[in-house]
Amino acid sequence: MSVSPAVPRTDATQPQRSWYKRNEIAITPWLFLLPAMLFFAVYVIIPIGQSFWISLHDWDGLGDKTWVGTANYERLLGIGDQNIDRKFEVSFWNNLRWLVLYLLAIPAGLFIALFLNQTVTGIRLYKSLFFFPFVISQVVVGLVFSWFYLPNDGLFDVITGFFGVDIRGGVLGNPNTATYGIIAAGLWPQTAYCMILYLTGLNAVDPEQVEAARLDGAKGRKMLWYVILPQLKPATFIAFVVTIIGALRSFDLISVMTNGGPFGSTRVLSFYMFEESLSEFGFRMGYGAAIAVVLFFIMLGFIVYFLWSMYQDEKGAR
Amino acid sequence: MFPTPIEKRPRSAQITYQAFLPVALIVWLLPLLAVALFSIKPDADFTNGNYWGIPSSFEAFNNYGKVFFESNMPRYLMNSLLITIPTVIGAVALSCMAGFALGVYKFKGNLLIFFIFIAGNFVPFQILMVPVRDLTVSMNLYDTKLGLVLFHVAFQTGFCTLFMRNFIRALPFPLIEAARVEGVAEWRIFLFVVLPLMKPALAALAVLIFTFIWNDYFWAVVLTQGPDAQPVTAGITEFNSQFRAAYHLMSAGSIVAALPPVAMFFLMQKHFIAGLTLGAVK
Repeated sequence: MSVSPAVPRTDATQPQRSWYKRNEIAITPWLFLLPAMLFFAVYVIIPIGQSFWISLHDWDGLGDKTWVGTANYERLLGIGDQNIDRKFEVSFWNNLRWLVLYLLAIPAGLFIALFLNQTVTGIRLYKSLFFFPFVISQVVVGLVFSWFYLPNDGLFDVITGFFGVDIRGGVLGNPNTATYGIIAAGLWPQTAYCMILYLTGLNAVDPEQVEAARLDGAKGRKMLWYVILPQLKPATFIAFVVTIIGALRSFDLISVMTNGGPFGSTRVLSFYMFEESLSEFGFRMGYGAAIAVVLFFIMLGFIVYFLWSMYQDEKGAR
Repeated sequence: MFPTPIEKRPRSAQITYQAFLPVALIVWLLPLLAVALFSIKPDADFTNGNYWGIPSSFEAFNNYGKVFFESNMPRYLMNSLLITIPTVIGAVALSCMAGFALGVYKFKGNLLIFFIFIAGNFVPFQILMVPVRDLTVSMNLYDTKLGLVLFHVAFQTGFCTLFMRNFIRALPFPLIEAARVEGVAEWRIFLFVVLPLMKPALAALAVLIFTFIWNDYFWAVVLTQGPDAQPVTAGITEFNSQFRAAYHLMSAGSIVAALPPVAMFFLMQKHFIAGLTLGAVK
């Protein structure tokens, strides 16, 4: 299985060939892989292990590490006679909110893609302008939305005020609405991303199948559900992957828009971890690493699922 | 084509659609348009509470001039460029080679290595944060552009390798076989057979990585500190504290910070979308 049919015939007519020449096919891939693997190991793979190690210690980032075993995790999850870390609990639930609500980007993106999948003049420009929010950095998106949400003067408040709704302290100043306000801001670029995935997918939909289904009397929602969506499955998969990852990585928006506030109500695990290990509240790297490990395991569930799906594809391709 | 092409619908539907398009676009981009409006207003409009009305005077040149000449913004922009461009080159070069190795050769562990690259790419940043910061500090690269570049190159290599490997997989393999039969050395096959065919992938990745790195905020905050090395995404917070509550300047600054990837996108749209939607169609 490991021998490729592309191996050149190594017959005995050229006995003087160097060792490298004789093993060229076997060695070349490793030479080509070496720099990338080196970088990736040093900066990505090894640090994952180091984080696990650090999470078992008490460490301020400068002095000596003190071994504390699983104490960080016990404190975090409230094992034994202590209560669960309140901040951790809030962050965890917020992460779940992010995960669930962020997925709205997928149907929303599909909806816009269907709306824009026409061939009228100027449609290309419309498509790229609709995609626009994704290209802008999250920091700028965060700033833009925080001005949009400004209490009293922000456009959002002006519009809701028009309908008689008044959110006390503004969207971001009110602990009940702040997280949702940030998620809405995040959905804006994410929807654009999903839209472009679906637009490309729609382009590749087999027109003959659509015509055949039309002749059979399928249209509207039925057509979408039974004919179009199955063909969009690869696009949906990618949209799902990037949306889940995006939801769990949410950091920039929170940091820019509320910095975790008001009253810590918008923290998520990634933000809480940063706060514990690298902010004015101190350098509790061990505790921070423990939070990161928990987040890593949440992500790992998804990563294993993604890789498993990709592996099935790879096997199919053979 | 789905949905039914608008040309096949009644005339009224066509007109409604055409009229609705710009309205939908304006609603979609409303937050951005608001910022654009902010950035050309004079200071007085904000103190008078004229947030959303017509600007009392057109101050675009003044506001943007201040951004460029009275703040650290040009330095941050320069830093961003000096971080982004080497990263693009490094990540694309490394992943070209890795992608070639994984896409062309069959050897034990090929798929495993490939999957490690993909998995690493999905990992939360926070699990890397403490050790990477530590490593950067111990190499004396904390608060330098090089420190950021090295990390970005390493991390982006995961995604880029995934992309390159799949692209090379789709190339016609007989081409490589033919070269081998001719006795061409493997590294020359890479350089003269495969690389020229990868131009579209190179372009797509380059624009994509440019945007990703330019927009990075987390690592900029973790690995840099001051105007010497900070890219514009991190610098804008300092900029904003300099011009606290001066919405006209803050919005002008934001627009300037956001512009380069936007320009990149519009110039290289085809490649950008090809890169982003890789795998979305089969």
